[in-house]
Amino acid sequence: MEELQKIYLLNIDDTQYETRINRKFLKRKRYKPIDTNKVTAFIPGTIREIYVKEGQKVSAGQDILILEAMKMKNQLKSPKDGVIKRINVRSEQRVAKDELLFELE
Amino acid sequence: MSLTSRIMDFFSRKSTVMVAETEQSIKKQAAMGKLTARQRIEALLDNASFHEYDLFVEHKAEDFGMDKKFLPRDGVITGTGDIVGHPICIYAQDFTVAGGSLGLAHARKITKIMDHAVKLGIPLIGINDSGGARIQEGVNSLAGYGEIFFRNTLASGVIPQISVILGPCAGGAVYSPALTDFVFVVDKISKMFITGPEVIKTVLGEEISMEDLGGARIHSEITGNAHFFAESELECFEQIKRLVSFIPWNSTKKAEKFPSKPPKAKYNINAIIPKESTQPYDVRDIIKSLCDDSDFLEVQEHFAANIVIGFARLNGQTIGVVGNQPLVLAGVLDVDSSDKAGRFIRFCDSFNIPLLTLVDLPGYLPGIDQEHAGVIRHGAKILYAYSEATVPKITVILRKAYGGGYIAMCSKHLGADFVFALPTAEIAVMGPEGAANIIFKKEISEASDPDAMRKIKVDEYTQKFANPYKAASAGYIDAVITAEEVREHILHALHIAENKQEFRPYRKHGIPPF
Repeated sequence: MEELQKIYLLNIDDTQYETRINRKFLKRKRYKPIDTNKVTAFIPGTIREIYVKEGQKVSAGQDILILEAMKMKNQLKSPKDGVIKRINVRSEQRVAKDELLFELE
Repeated sequence: MSLTSRIMDFFSRKSTVMVAETEQSIKKQAAMGKLTARQRIEALLDNASFHEYDLFVEHKAEDFGMDKKFLPRDGVITGTGDIVGHPICIYAQDFTVAGGSLGLAHARKITKIMDHAVKLGIPLIGINDSGGARIQEGVNSLAGYGEIFFRNTLASGVIPQISVILGPCAGGAVYSPALTDFVFVVDKISKMFITGPEVIKTVLGEEISMEDLGGARIHSEITGNAHFFAESELECFEQIKRLVSFIPWNSTKKAEKFPSKPPKAKYNINAIIPKESTQPYDVRDIIKSLCDDSDFLEVQEHFAANIVIGFARLNGQTIGVVGNQPLVLAGVLDVDSSDKAGRFIRFCDSFNIPLLTLVDLPGYLPGIDQEHAGVIRHGAKILYAYSEATVPKITVILRKAYGGGYIAMCSKHLGADFVFALPTAEIAVMGPEGAANIIFKKEISEASDPDAMRKIKVDEYTQKFANPYKAASAGYIDAVITAEEVREHILHALHIAENKQEFRPYRKHGIPPF
């Protein structure tokens, strides 16, 4: 199998080590802090119903939409009080995991 | 019926079953780049050593027209034979019979040969090439899988179990290999996944090829499910033969002893290890400088390459080697390398294979991805495995042994029987740079030239702590030895520890962090 020959510098406890790195390390996901205003799909699936409109005031726990996945209809609720700033999906749209569904403000 | 006609009857029955191996079925497999089940067994086993059982087993399914279907051998060949002179039990699924699908009779043939292997105390080899559950048999086919998993689990640590994936192995079928000790895969032939690309596409809308989802390369490099990767079936069989020569028949035996051979002269420890502890080198060259004939069988070569594991011989006796690999990720411990080494250590301990640990690491890999992936839980696996192991444990500290990495790599504190260190070893709580920045933070920040002061303090710390003598003065190192003495010291340790017995309090079983 092809090897990654390039030498990188890896910092551990303030020391720079010369070393190769593997593909998995190269492809690792950078951490992004959680933005509570943005609600994303926790599982890939299909949007079945949207109960709200852009600009509508919503309260914490209010049903926003249904995301159907693995034969289960998941009710997605608003994580907090606010206004629906944008809805990024349509009914019957298929969404990938972590795809942005709606934004609050 | 006369004797002759009864014998004729037998041959006619036998040929009805043997008909599965027609030129057509050989062609069918060859078109997919594969050998047939029978060809595989013949290529893997010693000449003419294979003896087949359960040739006449038939399924009893009746639904969906199954009552009219004759499936020769019910799609699996089972039997016994020898591999490089070692007795083994083997089964090979036949993809040309109903896609190698697993029905109850097929499964019962497998569980029967598994029970046989456990009773006889010899390794089990399973060649997987199957489309999955035989849908027509419904829950009976699920029962078949369950009965196999149950036996894989009970046989774990009793006899070595080897899985060879030579075709599709999908859905529940993957869990038998996952429960066994070594999984062999072949490029472009092996495919393993829980749900295939089709299901993933229809349910989730994500598109991926079979190869990218669960091909041999993915399992060898990314998931760690496979232990040996080969370019062809024949290369795969050579790897299996090599492995079988290194491991014992069962947990009450030791591996076969070979004549002792010196390592090849071209491997010289002093020439391999750079003086600067930030410079990389290939720890496999160190292993080859120590073991008989420089012959090292690496396990999981492509997965978590920052740790190297595998089998070698010293004085003709099999040992399991675990070594940090400074060449990749500076040899750090992380989620994958801890998981890889932990499992290997437990295999060696189960099968009376002494452990040689070669240490050179800066510690655990820092990072949010590591912390969130559970490096605490996974990192604990290596601590657990070393502490639990009662086979002779020999540790050689080649260069760096910092912090948690020092403890984890079979330190005296985890029960190592012999800990040796080279004069160039650095055993400390962390590297001099990091330590100086913490201990002398005030002096450095208040100095008129902080960089100059930092250098002075780093040198001071290096002088005082970056050596093996602090640890040796506490008795944590048994002997400081030169590079030239390492092999002799290991050979002596193995000789002295030959009849080691270590008893632990009775328990049903421990609860490792898996």
